[in-house]
Amino acid sequence: MISVVWAIVFILLAPLAGGLVAGIDRRITARMQGRYGPPILQPFYDVGKLFEKEHIVVNETQVFYVICYFIFMIFTGALFFSGADLLLTIFALTLAQIFLVLGAYATYSPYSHIGAERELIQIMAYEPMVILAAVGMFVVTKSFNVSDIAASTLPVVLFIPGIFLGFLYVLTIKLRKSPFDISTSHHAHQEIVKGITTEYSGPSLGLIEIAHWYETIFLLGFVYLFFGFNPVIAVIAVVIVYLFEILIDNTNARVKWQLAMKSSWAIAAIVGVVNLGVLYYFAGV
Amino acid sequence: MTYLKKSPWIIHYDASSCNGCDIEILACLTPMYDVERFGIINTGNPKHADIFVVTGTVNEQNREIILNIYNQMPNPKAVVAVGICATSAGVFRECYNVAGGIDMLIPVDVYVPGCAARPESIIDGIVTALGILEEKRKTMNTAPDEAAAAEPAPVVQEPAGGAQ
Repeated sequence: MISVVWAIVFILLAPLAGGLVAGIDRRITARMQGRYGPPILQPFYDVGKLFEKEHIVVNETQVFYVICYFIFMIFTGALFFSGADLLLTIFALTLAQIFLVLGAYATYSPYSHIGAERELIQIMAYEPMVILAAVGMFVVTKSFNVSDIAASTLPVVLFIPGIFLGFLYVLTIKLRKSPFDISTSHHAHQEIVKGITTEYSGPSLGLIEIAHWYETIFLLGFVYLFFGFNPVIAVIAVVIVYLFEILIDNTNARVKWQLAMKSSWAIAAIVGVVNLGVLYYFAGV
Repeated sequence: MTYLKKSPWIIHYDASSCNGCDIEILACLTPMYDVERFGIINTGNPKHADIFVVTGTVNEQNREIILNIYNQMPNPKAVVAVGICATSAGVFRECYNVAGGIDMLIPVDVYVPGCAARPESIIDGIVTALGILEEKRKTMNTAPDEAAAAEPAPVVQEPAGGAQ
C-alpha cells in the first residue's frame, strides 16, 4: 500500500520538482557564465508556451511514439519509487528511450535521423554502467528491489565507490549535459538543428520536456540509492551530484560520439567491473 | 494565463547581411545584455521558434530559404526585421542582386532600423513582437480559419528540416 502511495506521489510531484530543478539549473548555469539568468519558473513558462502553440505533425506515428515515451518514462519512475525491481525499472527506462528514437525515425528529416542514431549510441554508451550499478547494489544488499536497497543500513556507496563514479560518468549522458549532449541538448545549446527533437513542435515538444523532468527526478532517486543508509547524507549527496553535473556542463565542450561511446564503456569496464570483481573476491559472495 | 510572452524562442537567419546586425543579435545573448532573463532562447530549429529574426536583404538565393523557415514555424509566430537592409534594403535597394526588404516576401511585424541595429533596439523590437504574438494567439484561438487564410500559401515544398 505504501509503495502505491509513493508511486502516486512521484507521478504528481515529479514534474513540479523536475521543473524546479531545471529552473534552478538554468539560473546557476547563467551565474556560472556571468549572466543574470531566467526566472526559476522559466521551464514551466516554456512548457506552458509549447502547449499554446500550433501542433505541427509531420507524421501521425511520431505523436504516438512520443506519448509512449511519456507514459513509459512515468512508468519507469513510478516503478522505481514504488520500490519495485531495479532491473525492471532499467528495462522500462530503455523502452521509453527507444520510443523516443522511433519517434525521431518516423519522419524523413535527416537531422532527426542523426539525432536518433546518436540517441541510440548514447543508450549503448550508458546501458552497461547502469546495469552494473544495479548488479553492484544487488551484491551489496542481496536484493534487486529498490525498497530493500533504500532500506538497507549498509553504506552501499562505500562498497561500490567505483561503480558510483562510473554511474556519475554516464549520468552526464542521461541528463543531456555537455560533454555528452550529442543527441540533443539543454538550454540554448544547439545540436545539428536540434537533434532528436528537431521534428517535434508545440505540445509534443512539451511532452518530451515533462518526460525529461520525470527522468531527472528518477535519476536523482537512483543517486539517492547509493546513500540510502542515511537520508540526510543521501539528500546532500544528490544536491552535490547535481551541482557537480552543472559544473561539468559549463566547463566542457561537447565531444564526438566516438569518445563518448569509448570512454563510457572504458569507465564501465575499468572502475565498474574491477569494483565488482573486488567485491566478489573480498566479500566472498 | 498566457505563457507565450514569457518564453519567446527566436530563430535567427542571416539573409545576405554584412554580419554587422548578426553580431549585434549575438551580442544580445552575451552576459552584457543576457536576453535569457526574459526567457528568450536562440534556437536553431524553426519548429521550436516563435519569433523569426531576419537580417539582410532578400535576394534570389535566399528567397526560398526565408520562405521555408517561415512556413515551418508553428503559429502563432512573429517576424522581426533587424537592420535597415532587412527593413527596406537600405543603400542596397537599387543593386541588381537585391530584391528588397524582408517584407516583400513574408509579413513583417516589427521593423528594427539601424546600421547596425544596436542590441538595445533589437531587444526592444523583440519585446514589441511579444505583444503582437499575444494578439495573434487570441485570433488563432477565436478564428482559426481566418488566421490560416491570412498566412501566405506555402510556396516551397521540401522535406522537413531542409532549411538549414
